[in-house]
Amino acid sequence: MSALSFQSVSKIYPAKSQGGAALKALDHVSFDIEEGEFFGLLGPNGAGKTTLISILAGLSLASSGHVTVHGHDVQTDYAQARRLLGVVPQELVFDPFFSVREALKIQSGYFGVKHNDDWIDELLHSLGLADKAHANMRQLSGGMKRRVLVAQALVHKPRVIVLDEPTAGVDVELRQTLWQFIAKLNKQGHTVLLTTHYLEEAEALCGRLAMLKQGRVVALESTSELLKSASSNVLRFKVDAPLPAELAAKARVTGRIVQFPAQNAVEIEQYLAAVRQAGLVAEDVEIRKADLEDVFLEVMSGAAS
Amino acid sequence: MTGWQTLFYKEVLRFWKVSFQTIAAPVLTAVLYMLIFGHVLENHVKVYDSVPYTAFLVPGLVMMSVLQNAFANSSSSLIQSKIMGNLVFVLLTPLSHWSWFFAYVASSMVRGLAVGAGVFVVTAWFTPLSYAAPLWIITFAVLGAALLGALGLVAGLWAEKFDQLAAFQNFVIMPMTFLSGVFYSIHSLPLVWQQVSHLNPFFYMIDGFRYGFFGQSDVSPWISLAVVGSALLIVSAATVKLLQSGYKIRS
Repeated sequence: MSALSFQSVSKIYPAKSQGGAALKALDHVSFDIEEGEFFGLLGPNGAGKTTLISILAGLSLASSGHVTVHGHDVQTDYAQARRLLGVVPQELVFDPFFSVREALKIQSGYFGVKHNDDWIDELLHSLGLADKAHANMRQLSGGMKRRVLVAQALVHKPRVIVLDEPTAGVDVELRQTLWQFIAKLNKQGHTVLLTTHYLEEAEALCGRLAMLKQGRVVALESTSELLKSASSNVLRFKVDAPLPAELAAKARVTGRIVQFPAQNAVEIEQYLAAVRQAGLVAEDVEIRKADLEDVFLEVMSGAAS
Repeated sequence: MTGWQTLFYKEVLRFWKVSFQTIAAPVLTAVLYMLIFGHVLENHVKVYDSVPYTAFLVPGLVMMSVLQNAFANSSSSLIQSKIMGNLVFVLLTPLSHWSWFFAYVASSMVRGLAVGAGVFVVTAWFTPLSYAAPLWIITFAVLGAALLGALGLVAGLWAEKFDQLAAFQNFVIMPMTFLSGVFYSIHSLPLVWQQVSHLNPFFYMIDGFRYGFFGQSDVSPWISLAVVGSALLIVSAATVKLLQSGYKIRS
């Protein structure tokens, strides 16, 4: 049985005003995540990632389709499904009335977990919160609040951990701490579902990926297969002046840095020749293997909208 | 503790941590009403034959405090959690709609009854009171607190902004409380307004509550019990239904 199963999930938001168009946030999304996987859900803003996670978590109701957690339907068998899920919400929310330890004890109580102090101590320690246990939530910095959100999601030792952009706006140290801890839990058998905009994180951590675009799954494959499927190389260099339009259309341009996806040496020579003909000088030229960002851009531009 | 008990505990802890604002302040307000209205009206208003006005006023103020604070607790807790976004911590749990209902209503009852007890202890100093039927006192205090706790839950679910909640409070709850006979016996009103008052469920809460003190009331306490009990059942059923459907909390 799959840890998570999305079966033809659609979500349509009704038109806000009369004559306005209904918004199809999710369009028959189907995929399964097996127990113990580290799975990444990628897509640009507005692709439907958070909507999908909200439906999984019971924060939102699907317009049609089903979602199950270890076979338990998130709507008809929600209590069992939510016991198996630990969700780290994207928004940095907190309850200003309580200290860190109080918040974690209360969260344990909601799940009916008693005498949870040992596990709470371990969570505080692993997430670098030990010295903040008695601090009030409102005194914590953004990064610290984020750690508490992670701890709150894990108080009941859920079999499936869902992280919705946990590293957005978070410093390097926390990212390291967080990923070490999540990777450890994953090794112990916990299933992890992650959404992120940091593609190098997804590439490093996730065994399998789904890409969403405008509410539809446009890629679903193991990370290594996805990387293989892309143009194998990238030609990267710097220029001082803008590229001619027809060249720029084929490239990924970030300021002075220009990157061309290329299959082989012939293509690379052609690009360099074209740059020379345009009267530009390419500096710091390098050829590298395609990474997930290249694949992502290829999939997103290729997928029919 | 089980799930709903934890939510109940958290809700009690929430107002307890700011008890100066949630308990002491409303007690002071009620005492001010007592001092001012009692002073001004003591020799001008006769309610039942043998009951001095200040004594008549005390149960009214106690009940008004119970009702307003029970309402304030569930409604403000919910709207704050919705606006702060931390309601998600409860939404993510396996707690059922019944657990939500019992936890929010029971914690509101605790707050309402705590404030009511505070008002009672302070105002009872000012005037001799009788306690003709204490069981009625407790019954109406508990039922009234539960009804307003449930109403607060409905208002908290419905409101999306603080001003919507304030409107509900100022245009529904306040007039219904003030026009229910807190400060006067409805027998002193013109006939039309007496009849209108009979349509107000808050009237029966206060009237029944007062019966417990004086053994006299505008209507029989059994009628009041029937009205308040039915209102509680109807509002509770509606509240549980709203919670079950995820009204305005699960999109």
